[in-house]
Amino acid sequence: MNLARGEPRWAVTYTLLLALIAQVIPLPDVLDLVRPAFLVLSVIYWSIYAPRAGGIFAAWAAGLALDVFKGAVLGQNALAVALIAYIAITLHQRLRNQTLFQQSLFVFLTLSLYELVVWGIQGWTQNSNPSAWRFMQPPVGAMCWAFVAWLLGRTHVRH
Amino acid sequence: VVGFGTGTYRSLGGGRGPSFGFRFSCYAALSVVLMFYDQKGGFLETARYGLQAAVYPLQLAVNSPSAAWSWIKESFATREKLQAEVELLRAQLRDQQTASLRAAALASENATLRGLNAAYPEVIEKRLIGEVISEEVSSLRQRLIVNRGGNNGVTRFTPVITGEGVLGQVFRTGPFSSEVILITDEEHALPVQVLRTGVRTIARGTGRSTVLELPFVAQNADVKEGDLLVTSGLGQVFPYGLPVAKITKITRDPGEPLLGIRAVPLAKIDSNREVMFIWPRPSHHAAPASPEALAVEAPKSAATPAAAPAAPAAPPAAAPAAQRVPAPAAAPPGARP
Repeated sequence: MNLARGEPRWAVTYTLLLALIAQVIPLPDVLDLVRPAFLVLSVIYWSIYAPRAGGIFAAWAAGLALDVFKGAVLGQNALAVALIAYIAITLHQRLRNQTLFQQSLFVFLTLSLYELVVWGIQGWTQNSNPSAWRFMQPPVGAMCWAFVAWLLGRTHVRH
Repeated sequence: VVGFGTGTYRSLGGGRGPSFGFRFSCYAALSVVLMFYDQKGGFLETARYGLQAAVYPLQLAVNSPSAAWSWIKESFATREKLQAEVELLRAQLRDQQTASLRAAALASENATLRGLNAAYPEVIEKRLIGEVISEEVSSLRQRLIVNRGGNNGVTRFTPVITGEGVLGQVFRTGPFSSEVILITDEEHALPVQVLRTGVRTIARGTGRSTVLELPFVAQNADVKEGDLLVTSGLGQVFPYGLPVAKITKITRDPGEPLLGIRAVPLAKIDSNREVMFIWPRPSHHAAPASPEALAVEAPKSAATPAAAPAAPAAPPAAAPAAQRVPAPAAAPPGARP
């Protein structure tokens, strides 16, 4: 259990907070459509490299904060982000051994799942919007993964 | 592909606490319960109110770069620029003063025409200036966060205007902030009326900041490009007569039963990012029609249309005598000029 002691709780907390700010900071329409989902990317990163520091709770809380911020139905992003975290934590040992490119494929798939879950919930709660722009998120997120992983990797010592 | 079940996370849990699968199920169930009550029950209003307060500092932090930028711009503005602005504001003030010079005379003239003893007071009873903290103007959502909330008396459905016209209405409040849905939001529809002819319709948001559409106007309706749209007082939120938009384009397709009309909203969020919350005087003739007034009006006007303005059967109890307007006359659109 030496691993658990070495996991960077503070780094997880403040990077998730910064990622939340980066995700909701107002941007012009065009930039907004291609803005990567920083919060989800950070949650994936920490689920892979520090699965015990934040765990599912941190992911869920971050998703809830996103709901409050976006005025969405409470629990919608929370559920989707917790699901992503669960998948990433479950596969974290395998993902750690992969190259950045392989990881970005995983990111692409999980982000697609995330968008589908949110879309489904929005449909269920009748807040759905028919825009197809939301499916810009997975490719953009996958392309930014290397950068996000590099950035977050600087905040802690990898084991 | 690895199954999510066995092995992988058990080694991780290490016997401390429940497995990740179990924890995830708990959080998922909690999310679903939250969603259900947030959507159907409305029990979570207080929880959301508190959460809004919790994220308020974060919202301020999110806004700080743009706030800092505008502060810097303002601080380093040149003397000439400031002087030009003062000049412009003076000119505007002069124009406004000239325009309102005869307001008192017109109000009393209006009272005479309506057969009243005294002129109506201003329909807007109370106003409150708020500052925009953050703006979300995307094609999906057109919302503002404003730094006035429940502690300032702002509630859901409080109308929000700027100097130019109607901006939107309060959608959700926290203690210190409120979320305003703009009239250009895709999910917003506003009952309006063409000022020139009195044609009433609905103005729907399109998700674009400069376009409103009027999808329900019949082919034979009297509308022209350039017509001013004002709020019609229906819909129980906005008082009658606030400017909303100007019609820019009318598409007449003989194959369609309805016209395609586009309008450009008048209200803009200018550089000082100030908006105004207003509270209409409830007893005023231009106040938003209340559901009770609408309910009373329907059978009455059908039975004795001529007697309605002269002998109100059930005047609103709280209104002072001089300002009292018969409830039926306040509600029907026909009573308005």
